[in-house]
Amino acid sequence: MEFNVLLVFMIIGALIAAETRDLLSAVISVGAVGFIVSLAFLFLKAPDIAITQVVVEVLTLVVLVRATLRNDITTVKGMRGKIGLSFSLAVIVLITLAAYPFFRELPHFGVPLLSQGKSISGFFLKEGLRRTGAANVTTSILLDFRMYDTIGEATILFASLLGALAILRRPSHKKRGARDKEERIK
Amino acid sequence: MSEKEGLSVIVKVVTRWIVGFVLLFGLYIVIFGHLTPGGGFPGGVIIAGTFVLLTLAFGKDTPLRKLNSTLASELDSTGAIIFLGIALLGLYFGSFFAENFLTKLPSSYFKLFSAGVIPWANLAIGLKVGASIFMVFIILSVTRVVGLPNGEKKMTRKPTGRRK
Repeated sequence: MEFNVLLVFMIIGALIAAETRDLLSAVISVGAVGFIVSLAFLFLKAPDIAITQVVVEVLTLVVLVRATLRNDITTVKGMRGKIGLSFSLAVIVLITLAAYPFFRELPHFGVPLLSQGKSISGFFLKEGLRRTGAANVTTSILLDFRMYDTIGEATILFASLLGALAILRRPSHKKRGARDKEERIK
Repeated sequence: MSEKEGLSVIVKVVTRWIVGFVLLFGLYIVIFGHLTPGGGFPGGVIIAGTFVLLTLAFGKDTPLRKLNSTLASELDSTGAIIFLGIALLGLYFGSFFAENFLTKLPSSYFKLFSAGVIPWANLAIGLKVGASIFMVFIILSVTRVVGLPNGEKKMTRKPTGRRK
């Protein structure tokens, strides 16, 4: 029940974020959706993910507000054309109709996909402490059973930072000196 | 530190009080990641969050004096190398890549020094994530793209001081 209330709030926040004209309101709605997602993780008994979600959400919100919002662009003008809107609605309806047989095959919400005992998740729960010695099962999976995946994630972060540095690096010393001179003249 | 940059004096005083506790909490999340909820990634983001808080409150010079971008990039690379080194040591001392090669005695369960290499890998990830996310924030908030009158785009530093 409470979980459904959270879901409704998430949908409302996402709709506001998509439809509002003000960029600041959109950013704040996205932040609200993120916080409700972290609450949902807590309801589903995943405190690790909830902590990560809250922390990353706060930082993302700060970065979005501080670094992307400026006086330059705060409002988005113009409406989506009627032809485009009807086309996208038609595509959504078509895909929903085509995927309807598969929706019924999906497992119910909250039911573990891999049943315990026989499958790999039951193995992690049973053998995690004995094989790795870590009391936190999530960490034992992340850093022992699936450490190779974690190395891949760290590589992704490293590569994204390299890309950001390459695109947004500081201007060279010579250019900086020239600009300081310009500012002094002003 | 200059008094003109950053936010009002109330925010500065509260930040000065709170920032150490936030940093300590981030370290706790990293170090106890194998016992309680948390781990290297959220702890590293919290550690980066303290520097972001300092940037917001005092302007960009104060945190950059404590942790300049060269040092942050070196810490980032150090964390990555330590993490990879732990994985490679598993290949050397154990039998396969990323093996947990340290001893895991049942008497050490639920203690701080347990779980083999997991705490050390957590520390490496925390170092790496903290430094790199702080750098992402600095890069994004210090530089910006302005449109020139002739239609070109140019990268400049953002003007310091308070926004109107």
